[in-house]
Amino acid sequence: MEAVLKTAFPFIVFSAGILAAFQGVLMIVAYTVLAERKVLGWMQGRVGPNRVGPWGVLQPFADLFKFILKEDLIPDKSTKFVYFLAPLVALSCALLPIVVYPFGPRIADPLGWLVPYVADWPTLGPAVAWIAEQAINMPLTIARIDVGVLFVLGITSVGVFGIALAGWSSNSKYSLMGGLRSSAQMISYELAMGASVIGVVMLAGTLDLNGIIEAQIRSPFKWFIIPQFLGFVVFLIAAFAETNRVPFDLPEAETELVAGFHTEYSALKFALFFMAEYVNMFTVSVMCVTLFLGGWYVPGLGKILQPGSIPYALVSHVAFIGKICFFLFLYIWVRGTLPRFRFDQLMNFGWKFLLPLGIANIILTIVVVYFLNS
Amino acid sequence: MEPSLASYLALSGILFTIGAVGVIYKRNAIGMFMCIELMLNSVNLTFVAFSRYYADTTGQLFVFMVMAVAACEAAVGLGIIIAFFRNRISVDVDDASLLKN
Amino acid sequence: MASDVFFFIFAGFAIACAISMVYHKNPLYSAISLVGVFIALSCLYVTLAAPFIAAVQILIYAGAIMVLVVFVIMLLNLDEDRRDNRLGFLYALGGGLGLILLAQTFFVFYAVMRAPQQAVNTAETAGKTMSIGQAMYTEYLLPVEIVGILLLMAIIGGVVMSRRLNQEQIEAVVDKELELRGQDEDKDDYRIAF
Repeated sequence: MEAVLKTAFPFIVFSAGILAAFQGVLMIVAYTVLAERKVLGWMQGRVGPNRVGPWGVLQPFADLFKFILKEDLIPDKSTKFVYFLAPLVALSCALLPIVVYPFGPRIADPLGWLVPYVADWPTLGPAVAWIAEQAINMPLTIARIDVGVLFVLGITSVGVFGIALAGWSSNSKYSLMGGLRSSAQMISYELAMGASVIGVVMLAGTLDLNGIIEAQIRSPFKWFIIPQFLGFVVFLIAAFAETNRVPFDLPEAETELVAGFHTEYSALKFALFFMAEYVNMFTVSVMCVTLFLGGWYVPGLGKILQPGSIPYALVSHVAFIGKICFFLFLYIWVRGTLPRFRFDQLMNFGWKFLLPLGIANIILTIVVVYFLNS
Repeated sequence: MEPSLASYLALSGILFTIGAVGVIYKRNAIGMFMCIELMLNSVNLTFVAFSRYYADTTGQLFVFMVMAVAACEAAVGLGIIIAFFRNRISVDVDDASLLKN
Repeated sequence: MASDVFFFIFAGFAIACAISMVYHKNPLYSAISLVGVFIALSCLYVTLAAPFIAAVQILIYAGAIMVLVVFVIMLLNLDEDRRDNRLGFLYALGGGLGLILLAQTFFVFYAVMRAPQQAVNTAETAGKTMSIGQAMYTEYLLPVEIVGILLLMAIIGGVVMSRRLNQEQIEAVVDKELELRGQDEDKDDYRIAF
């Protein structure tokens, strides 16, 4: 029994971690939706949703219940299997990258304080002691893999299938045009995004996201946004295009394509697409924070609090969430400010401006790194 | 206990067979292209399996090269398919029987 | 134990997806099945301690090549292909080739099984990004350069192959083709694709 539990322990920890992380992300996403409506309202001199709960804080849940209760319409001539598959692909590809993100620093002994309280108990005492021993120096990452950056880029690029298949299977011209536009857009901007990441990878010397944060702590600049400002700008613009947000929301341009690739989707399936879009915003923001803004690292915090202690981890984690919230706010801000691109402008901008800029950044970084090392 | 090298080779062989038979059965150019990709992938699997069992990086490097070649193949192959479609309004390889036009 | 179970799950998934790819007449279904094969193979690479190759497999095959294929299928709006094969003997040839290859596979399987078992070398440096990168830029620099040139050629070739025709060329091609086939309908449908 004990041996089985000890073997199963990593799986239990993984499952609990995945559950907690997904739950947290979905809560953040729910309130991003509310924040978007509120902030857009304020920008346009309105109040925003304020009826459900105090100041409208229960609005996301009301929306969710409405989505669940609506009738699920399926177009008669749609390709059924693909039509069901597409929202699932979109949401799961949006959620998957979360497992490799570092959410906070290592804690030296997270459960050590618990051990003395239960030491006298017959079975619980040794069990807690064993778990506390396992938890020593545990990284706050669900799966610490060697190739985190590649994993995130790969999963993001697979997410295109969700939109492309949705557009194709609905058997509607608006959906098809939306799907085509989005696959073209994502293929184009993925290149610029990949090019902008290479500079950071070269400076850090690793593809591991934890390793990149550690490299930023070691570096004299503390945050890679300073030596990699060009890369940061390219990444940010490409991120807007990758998540299909204004000013690059061509796939769902309301004035031309009704609602783009999800025109024919209703009820819970539409909700899945909706959630996928916001989860994508979140994951791309995390990527941006991790690569360019030091992740959870706050310069100078180590002098006030003991690194490795629980308060240090908590403050770092809150700082991490704060940085992400800044980027989420930026998305909403841009949406309230900028008009939409035309499709040919989008393609020209991606291929003729952003990609060369990304490549120039790579070459510049190569030259600087070479002369610094020699 | 790891699955033995032989089981990876068997899986790779089965995938290769399916791909090879598919190339012959499929009549449209995109289907044939995908079958060829499947065959390339089955070979990649043997490379990675050997690289694992002999603890040698070379196998994985070869996989990388194969992937680059597959990407080239995709770019040129799909270009040919589009050009062919423009000329014949079809991607059926049986229509590609003329040297003129 | 665990990796045995994973092997059988992913191997079964890969074979099922591969068969479904050949079985389906609709090119889009084939493409989705092929993505399934790629993802299953990528999971197998992870169990083979090759995380770099696994990530690159997802990034290049599933994320780039197959998106391109799906894009082309959607762009050309390909339908199911129901026409008969003009070369009927190919079916017999395909069946024969399949049997030979399967027999060869089983021969290899038994030959390797009977050979003295190589102990798995558990030094897990082989799959690390660092060791791959070092090998790539020292020992195998020339192949990497050649692959780079090949990619450049493929880019140029792709652009040349799929460049847009001008309006007169399109008209000429469409008219000629429809005349050849003796069909009058859907002329405009075809033009859209050019």
